[in-house]
Amino acid sequence: MTAAWPICLGYVPIGLAFGVLAHNAGLAPWEIGFMSLFVFAGSSQFIAVAMIGSGSAIIPIILTTFVVNLRHLLMSSSLAVYLQRLSAGRLSLYAYGVTDESFALNMTRFREGGWDWRRALVLNHTANAAWIVSTIIGGYGGQFIPAGAFGIDYALPAMFICLLILQIRGGLYVLVAVISGVLAASFSLLFPGNTYVVLASVLAATLGVFLRKVYGKGSAGKEEL
Amino acid sequence: MNTDYLLLVLGMGIVTYLPRWIPLIFLSNRRLPEWLRQWLDFIPAAILSALILPALVTTGEPRQLNLFQPALLVSIPTFIFAWKTRSLAGTVITGMALFWGAQKIFS
Repeated sequence: MTAAWPICLGYVPIGLAFGVLAHNAGLAPWEIGFMSLFVFAGSSQFIAVAMIGSGSAIIPIILTTFVVNLRHLLMSSSLAVYLQRLSAGRLSLYAYGVTDESFALNMTRFREGGWDWRRALVLNHTANAAWIVSTIIGGYGGQFIPAGAFGIDYALPAMFICLLILQIRGGLYVLVAVISGVLAASFSLLFPGNTYVVLASVLAATLGVFLRKVYGKGSAGKEEL
Repeated sequence: MNTDYLLLVLGMGIVTYLPRWIPLIFLSNRRLPEWLRQWLDFIPAAILSALILPALVTTGEPRQLNLFQPALLVSIPTFIFAWKTRSLAGTVITGMALFWGAQKIFS
């Protein structure tokens, strides 16, 4: 449970901010909590509330949510490697808690070893609880809490930076990360929305596989693969 | 709660849950081909980088390139700290402290 603290720390200011915006869009605190419980995906909730505020119909909001959250497809695929021999029920429960943050943290822990699906599940649900509670509090009056105190807005970026470093296990990983980052930054300037995450990651990872194949031929027999 | 809101949240919930659920159900308990395992092995580094970099070098909506912002400046010592210590807790605390300081200087 304590492993989840960087995520919780990061969720609190975002959750409060979301609660305030949702409140301003006319949602009651328990309606806010209801969305946080059933959707549990920060950026898409922000977008949904903005669309509600501008009087959008239901279908466009749902379609937008779908596109924004498609990136979880990649994360769950990657996590599947570490979630073997689990029942369909447990996998279904696990799927609920897959977010950018829990994915990044759990993947790193799984790879380092000494981590199992139970701990990962506890981490998911601790983060989930922090998200739901902070969004509801935001709905009650988060505007009274000073924004940006103690650099708390940097909790998640700092966590992502460290997790990225921990994912680097060789030159090829550096290359894939650099290519993905540059592609993502470029695409993010060209296209609205957040499809750039999926686009850049897929291209960079594919390039990584090709490079490893080419590189692997040169050093045949090495246990590099 | 009105029915429209209920339908909206349920709809959002379903379209968010499916992409999280389908790969776990279909890829777990299965022997994956080597190229797919390698591909999935690169995904965490690729996704993390794709999440971080745009947030550090762009601002506004629609996004614009902005290289002069505290988030980018602070990311450099934060990266170095993470590289040297490999400590998640330390990096988060250090990053927050640096960002707090940078915001005070910048504003």
